Amino acid sequence: MYTIWQGVSAFICLIREDNRPSEFTLLTGADVASGLADGLPIGLGYFAVSFAFGLAAVEGGLSAWMATVISLTNLTSAGQFAGLQLIFAHRPLVEIALTTVLINLRYMLMSLSLSQKLVPGTGLVQRLLIGFGVTDEIYAVSVSHPGSISTRYSLSLLLLPLLGWTGGTLTGALAGSVLPGSVRAALGIALYAMFVAIVMPTIRRSRPVALVAGVAVGVSTLIAQAPPLTMLRGGWQIILATIVASALGAVLAPIHVGEPGQTEEVS
Amino acid sequence: MMDNPAYLAAAIATMAVVTYIPRVLPLLLVRGRIQSNFLRSFLYYVPYAVLSGMTIPAIFSATTTPVSAAAGLLVAIGLGLSGRTLLTVALGASGTVWIIERLLAIL
Repeated sequence: MYTIWQGVSAFICLIREDNRPSEFTLLTGADVASGLADGLPIGLGYFAVSFAFGLAAVEGGLSAWMATVISLTNLTSAGQFAGLQLIFAHRPLVEIALTTVLINLRYMLMSLSLSQKLVPGTGLVQRLLIGFGVTDEIYAVSVSHPGSISTRYSLSLLLLPLLGWTGGTLTGALAGSVLPGSVRAALGIALYAMFVAIVMPTIRRSRPVALVAGVAVGVSTLIAQAPPLTMLRGGWQIILATIVASALGAVLAPIHVGEPGQTEEVS
Repeated sequence: MMDNPAYLAAAIATMAVVTYIPRVLPLLLVRGRIQSNFLRSFLYYVPYAVLSGMTIPAIFSATTTPVSAAAGLLVAIGLGLSGRTLLTVALGASGTVWIIERLLAIL
């Protein structure tokens, strides 16, 4: 997801050119306008990716309505996709909860960092609302926003990505019955390709991340293929692969506290 | 799952809640930084481990045959290494799968 942000950052800078934060940042209009402007490219990218999610959900037997509710209430890619697989496999709720929470652990890091950016005095209800909008891209845009961020800015920034993500899901879900089978089959790979696109740029420049990714693939494949480990197939497969690989990375190549760009690199 | 709307509703609600909690908790509770270097490092690696473990081997059963999936994966890796956008990589891989599967149908 970080890649989308890289791709649109130049565009955002263009918009910001005559919209530099100043004492006017506290004015409603400027905050709402810059939030919407920053959110537009994210929303467009989300639309395209969630189209594939809607398609996959309907393909597996969910109604378009249910697929749309998932996107509206979850607003996340990897977690939704994993959850979808587990729902299709009719796995127990505890497994769905564990898998989703593990996949979304990274949001804790982002929210932690974001909590330092909020305007002092941001209230409880406002924090509850802002927290809903912590995604990889929204976080990336928020922390690169100069100065503190107001609730109005955060919620304006959230609006178009949320619309794009939900609308893309609905469109993909409805288009499923129109698209020919060969195209639907080909789009089945789209979400996986997106995950590859998120991971590869970092793998290229970070040997530890490459190692972690390799170990995760190894453990996941082992559980999928090698009995008796296959009894763990499904949610536990991803949980175990993630814990083993990430712990190995944390032991062999710990990240140094305060290292610049650390949280920004998390996708 | 369509014949069990209660399970479906509960599953979606579960997903929504456990997605929301990690996002909102730090905003509500934590004012400082995580001190444990192990935990920080672990959390740093989590997204890469999750996405990699989710992609392989599952990607090989995402299309009609593992052959087209492998071709799509290779294209995705190539495009991803050269830093293309998510949309480009997704469409490139999907296009590859479509072409390979048309070819296989002819052969």
